[in-house]
Amino acid sequence: MTDVKHAKKYPEIWQRFTPRETLLRYVWYMSVVGIAVWSVSNLNIPWFYFLDAHVQAGDLLTRMWPPAWGYVDQLLGALLETVHIATLGTAVTVVISFPIAFLAARNTTYNKATWLFGRLILVTSRSVNTVIWGLLFVAIFGPGALAGIWAIALRSIGFTGKLIAEAIEEIDQGPVEAIESTGASRMQVLWFGILPQVLPVIYGTVVYRWDINIRESTVLGFVGAGGIGILLYSSVNQFLWREVSVILISVFIVVVISEFISAAVRERIT
Amino acid sequence: MTTANQAQNSQNNVPVPREWHTIKLIQNPYYRYGLIVATIAYFIFALTTLEVDWSRIYTGLPRAGDIFVRMVPPDFSRWSLLTRGILESVQIALAASFFGMILAIPLGLCGARNLVPKPVYLVARSIIVLTRSFHEIIIAIFFVKIFGFGPLAGVLTLIVASTNFIAKMLAEDIENMPAGQLEAIRATGASFPKLLIYCISPQALPRYLGVSIYRLDANIRHSTVVGIVGAGGIGQVLAATFTRYDYDFSLAILMCIVGLVFVGEFFSNWVRGRLR
Repeated sequence: MTDVKHAKKYPEIWQRFTPRETLLRYVWYMSVVGIAVWSVSNLNIPWFYFLDAHVQAGDLLTRMWPPAWGYVDQLLGALLETVHIATLGTAVTVVISFPIAFLAARNTTYNKATWLFGRLILVTSRSVNTVIWGLLFVAIFGPGALAGIWAIALRSIGFTGKLIAEAIEEIDQGPVEAIESTGASRMQVLWFGILPQVLPVIYGTVVYRWDINIRESTVLGFVGAGGIGILLYSSVNQFLWREVSVILISVFIVVVISEFISAAVRERIT
Repeated sequence: MTTANQAQNSQNNVPVPREWHTIKLIQNPYYRYGLIVATIAYFIFALTTLEVDWSRIYTGLPRAGDIFVRMVPPDFSRWSLLTRGILESVQIALAASFFGMILAIPLGLCGARNLVPKPVYLVARSIIVLTRSFHEIIIAIFFVKIFGFGPLAGVLTLIVASTNFIAKMLAEDIENMPAGQLEAIRATGASFPKLLIYCISPQALPRYLGVSIYRLDANIRHSTVVGIVGAGGIGQVLAATFTRYDYDFSLAILMCIVGLVFVGEFFSNWVRGRLR
């Protein structure tokens, strides 16, 4: 290294980034802003809508107040159905995602093709939103809770399956080798070597997904797949805003309770 | 060790178990079996209370086959509609992520207990909890009512969703920071903005960027669905194809969405890998 370069390396005033790095950072900033500007300008947003937005919002709020408390009686059944859809959907997910997770983990799959197949199922399941799965199952089973359960289940397979597969890939190989060396069969290795290591992750993931599913199942009714969403959708369409506010409050309570349960369970497991 | 244990066990008159069992997550057998029984009871209760029309399902199953038959081969002939919808979804996701990233900074800072006074913290946290509890589609309904149909409502919905998600992560990240640096910078008499620049941002920035990129990926997924209530994007086209029984076009759209999400996820993983 020459003296000139040495002098450059230790300048008089300390700076965190070299000029080159600074320039690169500004190029990054500019390109991010550029992408945002391009997106917004292409969406043809009618900016004048913002002018009376506060009037519209205020109007909506005055129509929502006071909540029509008498509506609560008709609501409880639908709320219970929402919770059932989320829970049963999660239960179905556990059964289906379990074998797929083993297929999608590099160290437990059979070969490259089965690994790819497992990954493909997980990606497909995750890419299609719960509501779109709902559309599909309503077309098959007709409107109702069953379509909702399957919609929840098929969307959750990707989520839980991916997290469980990642947990399987990160296990300690020691116990697995130890059990293999006793001459255990493949199933026994799985049961005594791998499963105990990933079980806490499985419980945690499933409970976490259940909590998300409660939130998802509140809107499944929009496409006819059961739960509180059906009532919400019909109240919105009939402009019964005072009923809407009761539904929103009840949804809020259920979601907060489920989040609380899920957080408490996860804290005790890990 | 074992002999000591055995000695102690024999002292306490506890027989050493003959057979080895795996360690259970819940040690107390009453709790364990109680939980299993409760779970089974719940499933029976849930299945009996749900009103499932079995005859409708019986007639529906042949229809399922029919739908799948009509889905293949996917129909890409209306590709201009398809690409326009996909592009709109991507633009909604990009714009929402950008503004969400910016708005999340003040909200996230206000939601960190170790930075701001208690009332500010409580207000910020209640905003986060309130917006988080409602699904994007519920939020979208309100924006559609206020701003009319179209992508604007979709962008605003996803801005709300991204803001509270990134803000929550940022606030938790700041709360989990070691207190040392914060104290050291405060001890020099630094003002609040200086505290942010020299203490918070170097520690929080990598994770903040990672979460934002993840949120972009999530926004791409969600932007495909806000259209169902009329908030723009490919979801609007997709919902229309289902109501018009254009199942081959539905499949084409679904395949494009899967591809788009796959690319988005790949990009997000790549960027997050580089950030680390």
